[in-house]
Amino acid sequence: MTLDDIITSLFPDGHEVRSDKGVLLGSATLRSGDSMLVLGVADRTALGVDEALRLSGHVLRSIGRDSGPILVLVDSDSQRMSKRDELLGLNEFLAHLAKVLIHADMNGRPTIGLLYGHSAAGALLATGLATRVLVGLPGADPAVMDLPSMAKVTKLSMEALEEKAKSTPVFAPGLSNLAQMGAVHMIWSNTTSLADQLEALLADMPAARDGRDTLGKVRGGRLKAAEIAERVRDLALQAR
Amino acid sequence: MTAPLKDITPAERARSTSFYEASARTRLELLLDAGSFVEFIGPEQREVSPHLKIFDLPEQFDDGIVVGHGRLDGAQVFVAAQEGRFMGGAFGEVHGAKLTGLLRAARQIGSIPVLILFDTGGVRLQEANAGELAIAEIMRAVMEARSSGVKVIGLIGGRSGCYGGGGLIAGCCSALAVSEPGRIAVSGPEVIETNRGVEEFDSRDRALVWRTMGGKHRRLLGAADVFAADNVQDFREAALELLGLVGPLGLERLKAEQERLADRLRRYGACEDAVDIWTAEGIVHAETVPELPADQFIALADRIGRTSRDAR
Amino acid sequence: MEDLRFQHRVRTRAGGTRQSAIVGVVASGNLEVLVERVLPDAECALDIKTAAIGFGEVWTAVVGDFVERYSPGGLRFSINDGGARPDTVSLRLAQAVRLIAENGQ
Repeated sequence: MTLDDIITSLFPDGHEVRSDKGVLLGSATLRSGDSMLVLGVADRTALGVDEALRLSGHVLRSIGRDSGPILVLVDSDSQRMSKRDELLGLNEFLAHLAKVLIHADMNGRPTIGLLYGHSAAGALLATGLATRVLVGLPGADPAVMDLPSMAKVTKLSMEALEEKAKSTPVFAPGLSNLAQMGAVHMIWSNTTSLADQLEALLADMPAARDGRDTLGKVRGGRLKAAEIAERVRDLALQAR
Repeated sequence: MTAPLKDITPAERARSTSFYEASARTRLELLLDAGSFVEFIGPEQREVSPHLKIFDLPEQFDDGIVVGHGRLDGAQVFVAAQEGRFMGGAFGEVHGAKLTGLLRAARQIGSIPVLILFDTGGVRLQEANAGELAIAEIMRAVMEARSSGVKVIGLIGGRSGCYGGGGLIAGCCSALAVSEPGRIAVSGPEVIETNRGVEEFDSRDRALVWRTMGGKHRRLLGAADVFAADNVQDFREAALELLGLVGPLGLERLKAEQERLADRLRRYGACEDAVDIWTAEGIVHAETVPELPADQFIALADRIGRTSRDAR
Repeated sequence: MEDLRFQHRVRTRAGGTRQSAIVGVVASGNLEVLVERVLPDAECALDIKTAAIGFGEVWTAVVGDFVERYSPGGLRFSINDGGARPDTVSLRLAQAVRLIAENGQ
């Protein structure tokens, strides 16, 4: 599905979402007539300081207005790898975008990420992984780390890595691996109305607490994280 | 003759111990009040990474991070220290979950601050998906803790710096202290060079690395509020100073951060090099900044450097 | 990775009251040693996981020297080795014994 197809299918009642150099900003109308704030990264654009600041500004300007839940569409490269971006403190810009999304989510503006293309590394952390519910569309191909880079660092062949990837979702790229880890909450169908699936999700949003480690445990992709976090939390509470 | 070790006070020992060179455990021992540190899930529990054996790699009993509680000038604090020499201090599933659990407890309590001693290259490649997600969970947990009134302070001065997702977590903290070798960035020098070529970034040009990502630049930009000399006592004093300064997180702070970062892009967005930024900040002979000793640099930064106070 | 295990009868119990201690870090050419006071006074054991394969004889010699010199009775050593040289191994083992010989928890 192209981005236009996706937005049209999500918002048959209309939208004002514009793409400018890969940065998506706008809003859309839900079936109820209420609005939804829309932002995102398109066309596999790298997320640098300029893009991140426009996205966070869009969310901040919307706070206090009646602009509804927040949708973050993601088809990005990784963070922009450049001297300029690092010189200017890219880590602060990406963190700021994530912080603004998390703050909004905790304060009555539920956030949904929709991963419909690529994403990686810092860009994924600042967008989709900073939302309450991350949804994948079939065909999305997120890659925290790509296999050729991994082959280089681990000094293993691509064949050896692919063989290992069959037995564990923990390192290899792909939507289903991220779903098994608990990072992607659900995968929507692209053969039925996205609007129906969005409305169903909005009607049944999970609470604004991070349950991704539990999800990863239930799905068998991350067996230790939830238990370790809980044990440390309990020990820390006892130490008070 | 050197004095026998037992005659040296803890503060003197901390003052003479390089933060950069010390292990995570030594940093905590000397940062906190003497003998006050208690670890959660210590090495004797052997909670190692379940994934490294897939790659036939050695494990470490604490998975490269030490978490627990102790006292700082008598007041209780939660602490987490990454070991930058084990797999570059990278975030894996167990490693990350220990910090997440600590932050969740801090959120529930609401009044005990958290000190994070970063020393990380980012996501651990061999468990990349679990590490990336651990970082996302930590970022969320930092925000939730701060929203409950918890002060989360980052201390950055280790050999692996604070790269990748570690840089994003640092950006979520209430405040940071950094030393000159404490680099903060998302993409590391080698990563930029591999992806964009040596013309974009020459990773072997160490002076370029330090002035683009190093502690002095981060302090002058206002990314870190306190600059520490490279010893544990200085970091202890920096942590105490920051704990006294930090206020609660709210919408106003995020709006102020938006303006702070926008202002940075307006002022320095066209600068080609850190020296151009320092010159634009009004530093005469900016090219000498990398050579300034810590005390002179701190005096300069306090006079000219920007701050992120109330705007992060 | 290669697993090695050594068990020795020793003359005397290791000094001190600490129950466990840890030294070192797992990195190239380095190792961590976790030592715990969990065995009968006349026994000691070393469990080694090493990234350097085929050095069993070197370990046998280093461990033999160490046990003879320190008589670490009652102690179990668990080692994660990133391929350290024998002198580094000896140094870490000695540090571990010294640390657990301190008084405390």
